[in-house]
Amino acid sequence: MKTRILIAVLGVLVLAGAAVAYVGFASARGHDVAATGVVSLSPGPRLLFRSTADADRGHVTTVSAIDPGGPRTVSPLSCARVYAAGGTGLCLRQDGDLTTYQLAVLDAGLAVTREIPLVGLPNRARVSASGRMLAWTVFVTGDSYNGGMFSTRAGILDTATGDLAGTLEDYAVTLDGKPYQAADLNFWGVTFTRDDRHFYATMSTAGHRYLVAGDFAAHTVRTLRENVECPSLSPDGTRVAFKSAVDGDPANGWRLSVVDLASSKVTPLAETRSVDDQPAWLDDHTIGYGVPRGPGHADVWSVPADGSGQARLLIPEAESPAALSDARTGR
Amino acid sequence: MYLATLGRREHTTKGKLSAVGANVFALGAVSLVTDVSSEMVTAVLPVYLVLGLHLGPAAYGVVDGLYTGATALLRIVGGYVADRVRRRKVVAGVGYALSAVAKLGLLAAGASAAAIGAVITADRTGKGLRTAPRDALITLSAPEPLLGRAFGVHRAMDSVGAFAGPLVALGVLAAVGATDPEAFDAVFVVSFCVAAIGVLLLVLFVRDRRTPPVAAGTVSPRAVAALLRGSGVRRLLVAACVLGLATVGDGFVYLLLQHKEDIATGWFPLLAVGTNLSYLLLAAPLGALADRVGRLPVVLGGYGALALVYLLLAGPVSGWPLFAAALALYGTFYAATDGVLMALAGPLLPESLRTTGISLVQTAQALAYFASSVLFGLAWQFWGAGLAVGVAAGGAVVAIGVTFVVLSPRKAAA
Repeated sequence: MKTRILIAVLGVLVLAGAAVAYVGFASARGHDVAATGVVSLSPGPRLLFRSTADADRGHVTTVSAIDPGGPRTVSPLSCARVYAAGGTGLCLRQDGDLTTYQLAVLDAGLAVTREIPLVGLPNRARVSASGRMLAWTVFVTGDSYNGGMFSTRAGILDTATGDLAGTLEDYAVTLDGKPYQAADLNFWGVTFTRDDRHFYATMSTAGHRYLVAGDFAAHTVRTLRENVECPSLSPDGTRVAFKSAVDGDPANGWRLSVVDLASSKVTPLAETRSVDDQPAWLDDHTIGYGVPRGPGHADVWSVPADGSGQARLLIPEAESPAALSDARTGR
Repeated sequence: MYLATLGRREHTTKGKLSAVGANVFALGAVSLVTDVSSEMVTAVLPVYLVLGLHLGPAAYGVVDGLYTGATALLRIVGGYVADRVRRRKVVAGVGYALSAVAKLGLLAAGASAAAIGAVITADRTGKGLRTAPRDALITLSAPEPLLGRAFGVHRAMDSVGAFAGPLVALGVLAAVGATDPEAFDAVFVVSFCVAAIGVLLLVLFVRDRRTPPVAAGTVSPRAVAALLRGSGVRRLLVAACVLGLATVGDGFVYLLLQHKEDIATGWFPLLAVGTNLSYLLLAAPLGALADRVGRLPVVLGGYGALALVYLLLAGPVSGWPLFAAALALYGTFYAATDGVLMALAGPLLPESLRTTGISLVQTAQALAYFASSVLFGLAWQFWGAGLAVGVAAGGAVVAIGVTFVVLSPRKAAA
């Protein structure tokens, strides 16, 4: 017995020592960065993104839209997801400990004007073109219906009135023209129209994923078509870029496509890799999106919105892209 | 075993927890340490997959589906193998070791969803392999009249580990800097070291009771079939299925609480904490109570607590009293059923096939639980939450009746 206790004590000491040593080693490599400049969210020919470079991971950064590979302006602000339009920013970031996150509303100078606590992991962020409406999506663990362990929750904030829809699950749902209720409703990937009232989003239920059109004032959503995820409305409001599960099965990956709302014509884009991101319109003809590259790293790529050409690397070490230029004026 | 009988009687009258035996404590310590390790990973895995690796909801769902599906059949295979080679400790040890190595596998898997899926499957395989042999070892390590207490002590130690795991993970992340991808690596490495300590404790301090060699054919597919034909085991399986069917799933209970009260989503994770706390505090006392007043009444009482939870969700009580009562009762339900059902099952199974029998009971309950979760989801969709939870309450009451009828007559005769 004595020998066994001795072996146990030694073993525990060795293993605990290894654990502590590794934590010390990992934290020694940790570092924080100083800002390199003043980032502005006001409209202009710049691209906003979240840096994934080792030196300044997580920091909100901009580059010139004309020279995306050129010098970067790194702000002191860190976010897990970021988006901005019309001089308003939306930063989903950690709030204290690991499991809680918050939504920070940013003004054009990156000052936080409002904080809203979130439960779940930040996934999508969008701001309407005017900067008035904000939308976000989080993954929630704990809703363990159908054997899975995650669900999503999408919220909308009207910064003009302060109206907050913490989750779209309370909206009245019309599926294929009929009223519908279910416990497994999930919403994600909201995108706003120019009127700051209507929006498009993804709704999933019973294993199907739909493009829905929503009305923030009336608290309603109705399904439009199936197998459309993470919609993104073009600046001119005529087309929706989205990702669709290959052969209708997410296990096969996703294909970026654009649907023309008037004709319902779907155009697959030249990007042939599986892309799991909410596309962002960089202008009326170009789509930008993040592609992960190993743990902690990602790049922003772009592809023409009409299905022509090919995907090209736009900004290395970046994700969560947003064009700050006003689509109406191009500046 | 005259001496053992004497010792047992003496301990019973003293009513001390130590009476459940050193082996139960050793198994409890292994479970505690292992749960620290696995809950560390469980706590950070969603963040790692979603924020670190950018897996979307569906990819995460696929990974997660492996999680639940992988264990059911393996549990039975593991139980059978353990009985066949008469080495429950070895099979349990393989399961613990497999899960430990899987923690390092997460490091090696990098950003590949397929590799992560494989690693998580290996981890769940380890869990599937070890659970039944571990519970069989507990039934063989404590005197029969103290089994309820033995399982209570084990489950309480187990949930202490589950409680501490996320805190340890938070500590590691805080030390490294939570936004750093290296922080996740550090969590996985620490989790591996902790799991390895668990394996070490198992190897050094858990003793397998080497039952004498049994006659050829005692552990064979035919013997398992005969076991299934025996009325005792069949009645156990029926009870396990009925009880599994009465349970609709934690997620639903918490979701209903949230819907009813419209609480800020910030409180949502605390619901599980409240249940776990109640479970942790009550597991050992309710196990001891089961030994005193009978295991069946305590299990039935547990399902009574579950029925009360459903009624509370449908009833007029609101505010903090609702939360306190619902979570306390929900933890009571787990404390009164989880280990006590195993204590009830153990003695009804022949020693030569005990691990197989326990794995059958656990698998039946798990499959029934899965089915009830799906059914409850459908009921919610078609009938609305109010009616669905009313039906669930009715189901719990029916389950109490069926379990009583199925399990009690033979118990009275024995």
